[in-house]
This record gives sequence, C-alpha cells and structure tokens, in this order.
Amino acid sequence: MGNLRSVSKAVEYLGAEVEVSNSDEKIAEAEKLIMPGVGSFGDGMKNLAEKDLISALHSAVISEKKPVLGICLGMQLFAEDGEEGGFHKGLGWVPGSVKKMEPGPDLKLPHVGWNDISQKEGNPLFQGLSKNPSFYFVHSYALECADPTFVSATCNYGGEFVAAVQKNNVFGLQFHPEKSQREGLRVLENFINM
Amino acid sequence: MLKKRLIPCILLKNGRCVKGTNFTNFRDTGNPVTTSKTYNSQNADELIFLDITATNEGREPSFDIIRSVADECFMPITAGGGVTNVRQIREYLLAGADKVSINTAAVENPPLIEEGASIFGSQCIVASIDARKKGDFYEVYTHSGTRSTGIDAIEWARKSAKLGAGEILITSIDREGTKQGYDIDLVKQVSDSVDIPVIASGGAGNLQHLVDVIVLGNASAVSLSYILNFTDQNLIKMKAYMKNAGIEVRDFKF
Repeated sequence: MGNLRSVSKAVEYLGAEVEVSNSDEKIAEAEKLIMPGVGSFGDGMKNLAEKDLISALHSAVISEKKPVLGICLGMQLFAEDGEEGGFHKGLGWVPGSVKKMEPGPDLKLPHVGWNDISQKEGNPLFQGLSKNPSFYFVHSYALECADPTFVSATCNYGGEFVAAVQKNNVFGLQFHPEKSQREGLRVLENFINM
Repeated sequence: MLKKRLIPCILLKNGRCVKGTNFTNFRDTGNPVTTSKTYNSQNADELIFLDITATNEGREPSFDIIRSVADECFMPITAGGGVTNVRQIREYLLAGADKVSINTAAVENPPLIEEGASIFGSQCIVASIDARKKGDFYEVYTHSGTRSTGIDAIEWARKSAKLGAGEILITSIDREGTKQGYDIDLVKQVSDSVDIPVIASGGAGNLQHLVDVIVLGNASAVSLSYILNFTDQNLIKMKAYMKNAGIEVRDFKF
C-alpha cells in the first residue's frame, strides 16, 4: 500500500529518478527495477500476469541483466513458488520456495519490528554497513532458499530465515529499507549507485 | 532479536504539535514535520501521530501532515485520531502510515477493528485505549478522554486483540503529562491479557520510568511525549540508559 509511495519517495530523496509504473514499455526503458510489495504471493503473481508484465520482467532481468531489487513480497516473488493463499508459481529467478514462518508458540506472526541481520561479507548492497545492522520487518512468510550460496543475509526470529538474497543481478530484501532510516537508505543508495 | 521500541508520540491540534497534562491544558510544542525530522535524526524507532481534535470536531483526520512527514522520514509511522471507517484507514496508509490507530470509533463500532484487520492485515491496526483508574478497575474513556464508557479497559484490550488488532496503545489518562511514571499496574494487566505487543503511554518523566514499564509492565514499546518536550532527555540518552539496564534496543551502527 503506502510502501510504493515510501519506496519512490526514498529513491527520490537519494537523488535518483524514479517512475512508478505497471507498463511493459517502462520496464524495458528502465535502467534498474525495484519491485516493492505488500500483499499476498498469490495476488502478487496474479497481478503481474493480468497486467501482462511477466515476459517484460523476464527479458529485462534475465536477458538484459538489469539490476532488480525486490522488497518484501517483491523479493518473495523471485522464488520458484510460494504457498501463501494456495500454491502459486513465482518468477523463478532464485531457487527456493516461500513458506509460512514457524517461529514457535511463544512468538507471534507477523514478525513485525526492528531486528538485526547477519550479513555475508562483501555484498554490494550492504557496503558501508556494520556486520549486524537492524532493519524494519513486517511479514509472516519467508523464502527458503534452495541454494545457500545465494543467501546474502539472515535474520533470527524463533529460527534463522533469509533476510536478503542475491543471484547475479537479482537482489532481494525481506525487510523494508524504505522504513529503516539511515541504514535502509544506505542499502537503497548502494543499489542506485551500483 | 526483536528490539524494544522508543516511540515519540506527537499530538496534533490545528496542524501543530501540542502537549498537555491529563488530556487538558495543551501547550504548543512545534511544527510536526520539523519535530519528526528531529526524532528521525535521533533514531526514534517509530513515530505515533494522534490528531486529538478530529473526533470531537467531527472532521477528517490530518492526512496531509502524515504525507509530509512520510516524505521526509523513512521510518515506521502510526497515525490516528478521528478514524471512523475503512476509507480513512486506507487513506492514512496511502499517505505513508504503516499502522493506523483507532480509539473512539472502535469502542462505538468494534467490527471496525475486524474489518480493518481483514482488509489491511492485523499489523496495520492499533487499538488505542485511554483509561482512567476508577476504584479497583480501569475505565475506558473516548473522545480524547472526555467521555466515560463504563467499559473495563482490560476487558476491552482483550476484545480488541480478539477482533484482530495487531497492537495495543494503552494510555493512562491519570498519568498523561504528569511525569510521575507509567501506570505499571495498568500496562502489566493489559500486557498479560493479550498476546500482541503493548505500547505503554502516559507518565514518562525520567529514564528509569522507561526501564520499569518494560521490565515490570511487560511493555513491548514506550510512547514518549512529555519527557521529550519538557525535560532535557533525548532518545540517544534513553537508548544508552536502557541498554545499560539490559534491555535490547536498536543501536545505530554504521
């Protein structure tokens, strides 16, 4: 919802040009792509299909290798499939499935609030940040990545889960950089300046 | 680990920030956008905005102020005051709020919580409860603390959670603006009767008050107003103090 506005305002604040769009032409023209998203996996994929954007996204991200940043649901859609609201196929850019978190009886879902991540050294998105920066999370589902080499950060909430992934030009964040103050803006800035 | 949160609470009246005592005698405390930027730069974990006159004036909430703040402060925002329907919840969220707090309208029309939670998710709906101690129970007050309801605040908190609220903001009218410390008994009773996070509000005057309401009252977060406006404390000192007391707070690490 408001996430779209906050992401575009944050990118503007950092001095980059941004256009909010659901047109395949704009996707083809863009230098970089950001897929924000609040909502469910099934609805997200359905919307992409209905707006006929899936092939434009594949050609921008896979053929042309444009950097793409997925935020929250946007990142989850990069997976092969997801189980939210029934079984749905994802974009398949990152190996793995999106599943409901099971933090145990004492912890609530959604996982909401500030939590610290443990980042793998050397990821360009986290350049200039400490090893364990805190970010703002709001989610009940998480990506179970089939290949750990693509996991660039993890977080713990009744068990470890994927906080960030990267496969080549595909970057995904489970947390909301646009709501995570200076550290979040730094991540977005790193993406913009990549 | 999830952090305990420090949340400046900004009361809005005629487009300005105000602060009073026991919900009256309001004093002007500044411009909301400038104030928010200050708290943002001091690494506040979240901001709460309550338009305290919208309900009594029967007008639309101050969406514009939220929009202006969200355009400059990239942090979680809760907005409330005067929310009576789903359209207004949506408008607040589109303006850049992450959560919307509902107070009077939820008491008058409890299904609003349920409806809001089912459309936007529980994490978007905060049940804001203003309570005053009456003998051996806490009574819910609505309309910015001006109308008694006869409703038991602990019961109402439990019901709000059941209806789908994702968080409770519990304000002690007796302590609000008094710097006498939070009403720990009230906060603890609410925290122990719901399994959603509880934000303690009303009474913070010194740093130990913050620690006490988290440790003894089981609060997940503290709402801060008087202490930020009229004492020489700030968020940086608060976090350092809480950390020394063994409370997990968010550090700023660059």
